[in-house]
Amino acid sequence: MQTNQDNILELQNVTTTFFTKQGEVKAVDDVSFRVGKGETVGLVGESGCGKSVTSLSIMRLVPQPAGKIVSGKILFRNEDLMQKTEEEMRHLRGDRLSMILQDPMVAMNQLLTVGKQLGEPYVFHDKVKGSLQGMCIDLLRKVKVPAPESRVNDYPFQFSGGMSQRALIAMGIANNPDLLIADEPTTALDVTIATQVLKLMKEIQGETNSSIILITHDLATVAQICTRVLVMYAGRIVESAPIKTFYKNPAHPYSVGLIQSVPVLGRSVERLASISGQPPSLFAMPEGCRFAPRCDKAHKKCFKAYPPKTQLEDDHSAACWLYVKD
Amino acid sequence: MKLFNKKKRRGGVRPPVFGFFCLGFFFTAVIFANLISPYDPNEGDLFNTTMPPAWQEDGTMAHILGTDMLGRDILSRIIHGSRMSLLISVGCILFYGSLGVILGLISGFRGGRTDMFIMRLADLWLSLPGIILLFMLASIYGPSAKTIIITFGIMGWPNYARIVRGECLSLKQRDFVRLARVAGCSELRIMFSHILPNVFNTIIIMATIEVGGIIVLTATMSFLGLGTQPPSCDWGLMLAEGRQYITYAWWLVTFPGIAIVITVLGFNLTGDWLREVMDPKQKLR
Amino acid sequence: MQGYIAKRILIAIFTIFAVMTVVFFVFRLGPADPVAVMLSPNATPQDAENLTKKFGLDKPLIIQYGNFLKNVSKGDFGTSFRFNEPALKVLFERFPATLKLGLAAFFVSVSMGLCLGILSAVKPDSIIDRLGRLLALAGMSLPSFWVGVMLILFFGVTLRWLPIAGRGTAMHYVMPTLCMSLYPIALITRLSRSSMLDALKSDYVTMARIKGVPEFYVIMLHAFKNAAIPVITVIFGLFGALMVGSAVVVEYIFSWPGIGRLVMESYFARDYPVVQIFVIFVTFVVVSLNLIVDIVYAYIDPRIRYQ
Repeated sequence: MQTNQDNILELQNVTTTFFTKQGEVKAVDDVSFRVGKGETVGLVGESGCGKSVTSLSIMRLVPQPAGKIVSGKILFRNEDLMQKTEEEMRHLRGDRLSMILQDPMVAMNQLLTVGKQLGEPYVFHDKVKGSLQGMCIDLLRKVKVPAPESRVNDYPFQFSGGMSQRALIAMGIANNPDLLIADEPTTALDVTIATQVLKLMKEIQGETNSSIILITHDLATVAQICTRVLVMYAGRIVESAPIKTFYKNPAHPYSVGLIQSVPVLGRSVERLASISGQPPSLFAMPEGCRFAPRCDKAHKKCFKAYPPKTQLEDDHSAACWLYVKD
Repeated sequence: MKLFNKKKRRGGVRPPVFGFFCLGFFFTAVIFANLISPYDPNEGDLFNTTMPPAWQEDGTMAHILGTDMLGRDILSRIIHGSRMSLLISVGCILFYGSLGVILGLISGFRGGRTDMFIMRLADLWLSLPGIILLFMLASIYGPSAKTIIITFGIMGWPNYARIVRGECLSLKQRDFVRLARVAGCSELRIMFSHILPNVFNTIIIMATIEVGGIIVLTATMSFLGLGTQPPSCDWGLMLAEGRQYITYAWWLVTFPGIAIVITVLGFNLTGDWLREVMDPKQKLR
Repeated sequence: MQGYIAKRILIAIFTIFAVMTVVFFVFRLGPADPVAVMLSPNATPQDAENLTKKFGLDKPLIIQYGNFLKNVSKGDFGTSFRFNEPALKVLFERFPATLKLGLAAFFVSVSMGLCLGILSAVKPDSIIDRLGRLLALAGMSLPSFWVGVMLILFFGVTLRWLPIAGRGTAMHYVMPTLCMSLYPIALITRLSRSSMLDALKSDYVTMARIKGVPEFYVIMLHAFKNAAIPVITVIFGLFGALMVGSAVVVEYIFSWPGIGRLVMESYFARDYPVVQIFVIFVTFVVVSLNLIVDIVYAYIDPRIRYQ
């Protein structure tokens, strides 16, 4: 365990519920994890498993009034964000705590120039020194947008997909945040540009020593830049492991399935493995382990109760009955 | 993000009991007008003119809502007026509905220049105030219920045309339409026996939503003297006649108005509900 | 940008031209004899003949149409029978009254509608939201002419607080403005509420919050600017049509000496040239408003400006 590093973020038993017409949905259910200083953590899972809600919970921006963080503690720099007022949260957001949304085409306001949107983290946190225009140009240069001097006055629709994503990243890192949450920053991009963007994020992290939570459903992306992996399934964290351990020695059957479904260069297989079945409906969660209906190692116990988190080795834990010794 | 957009506000689609109640009143009046109205709506009792409603001084239970300046029973006239409301509004909607549906089908199905022309025309049409056409037509043909129906019939089609066109565009890509084409059906046949039945639901919802507005509009026209003429039983007309006596006979202008409001509320509430239940994607907003 | 505006102006000119043509032919081709329509009931056959000559109605239709266009290009839209003055002049004399009332109603309905719509979208299910929804339902369901009559009955006849007809003092504006604004308020509230709700759910608003933009700026700068586009269409686009419709009704009820009242009087007096100029003028106003909307669009939305 990286005990020498202090935690920048620690979630303790966070549950976020949506109250809908059809009933209550626990999108994030009793989630606990931590992120160390300067660490890059990958949060992996299928779409709809609660990754995005987890990140919005950390930002305290769960959509109102349907969604609510009902319990738990979110410790950021050893202060509980749940105790903060809205105004205190606003001061943290975009300054110490930042996030990048997944689709740059809808995450940028189409009616304002890129420069105006880039300037906002400075303006609203009283960080303007000298010319705001100059600061925005520097920021664009930092994320390697060509010809930033003229680009700063462009509108988002004049940017290509890759450039929009860079501009979005620029907004996220404007004030060198302590923690940056990147919600699928590369899904909307093609592979070559995605690689460039990831490289860029890594570089920037090297300069600023920010911590990053990278949310993705793509294990290849995780392998490229993360130091640790959290696997999420149906609103819960099922496994947490350092990157090497995770690829070499995955514990949870779901993680195993995920890894086996990724094609590996140079290894030829007859047919790529896939996980059969569908994730459970959020409205009808199975009583026991949520993965049990799709799991080939499931036994009676798995359908009865949810498995407790088991420590396997240093910094490697999984929630699966296979590892519970009675 | 995808996760949240599906979730809607709490509460949501409750059936509008009050709306149903209003419509119940209205349709009872329409269907059983002859049975339930206490008097002949057009027969005046000249000894009992402008009698106040029953609960006021000088009022009698014989005329619960009072009588007008010719001694005609207000309640009976309101009950019979419901028929006129329904007749005119349904007439309008049938007229422009069919016009709109046909133009929408052609527009969506033919596409290309025809489509562009019809849609441009629709834009232009929507920007013109209907009342000016009514003035023109009423000057030539004289004011009547028929004139109102023709006017709104000519003015109202663009909304229908747009919606039907949109539906048609997506249906055109569906297999059953393609198959019909492969099987050698004529364009007309595909339009009317394959596409039309599939847009019928949408048309019905639109019509329900619009009845309320049309009733208000037609009543307004009658009120202005551009629509039905005396001695018809029409709520707008009753209001227009009563307006001259407003200083001493408040009931003449109050009750027909309440009748309009109840009817329109009924249709609006029911229409909104139908839209939410049958059209969750909100195409018809 | 220039091309865009030029195209819009061309469409506007074409629309006005088309409406004038329709006005011309509807009256000439209708089953009623236009001379009979125009003549007063106690006219002699000689009058009829003179009128036929005067309007060139004995000539072929196509030549009549040419003459009509020629006169229109000189600003001659015929002479009012009732006032024996150019129809255009009669109309313009009455127009300021309508404009003042229209502007009053415009400001009341836009400010009320936008405030209610935005506030109810920002706080769904709050008291303001409920009030807004109730008001929207009322505005959609209460016929404005009945509201006008009820206002007169209550404030004018029973309480005697407000004057029931004519104009002059500020008090004269209260009831007509209220009556005229009710439906637009409902419309704008409904529309701005739903488009604000959509905007507030969007990713760019979440992104603004992530950047730590204060909620006031999030709502006004990010959400409202985007939500405004459909609202502006209604405010200006439909407003012209709407105002003309309700101006006729409201001016009729409150004896307001504007063009709405004028056209009603002219209609009943069979003063046909005035009705005709009213139709053309209204079209002109509505089309110009639409043109303004298109230009405002281009100003707000860079995607159009940079085309």
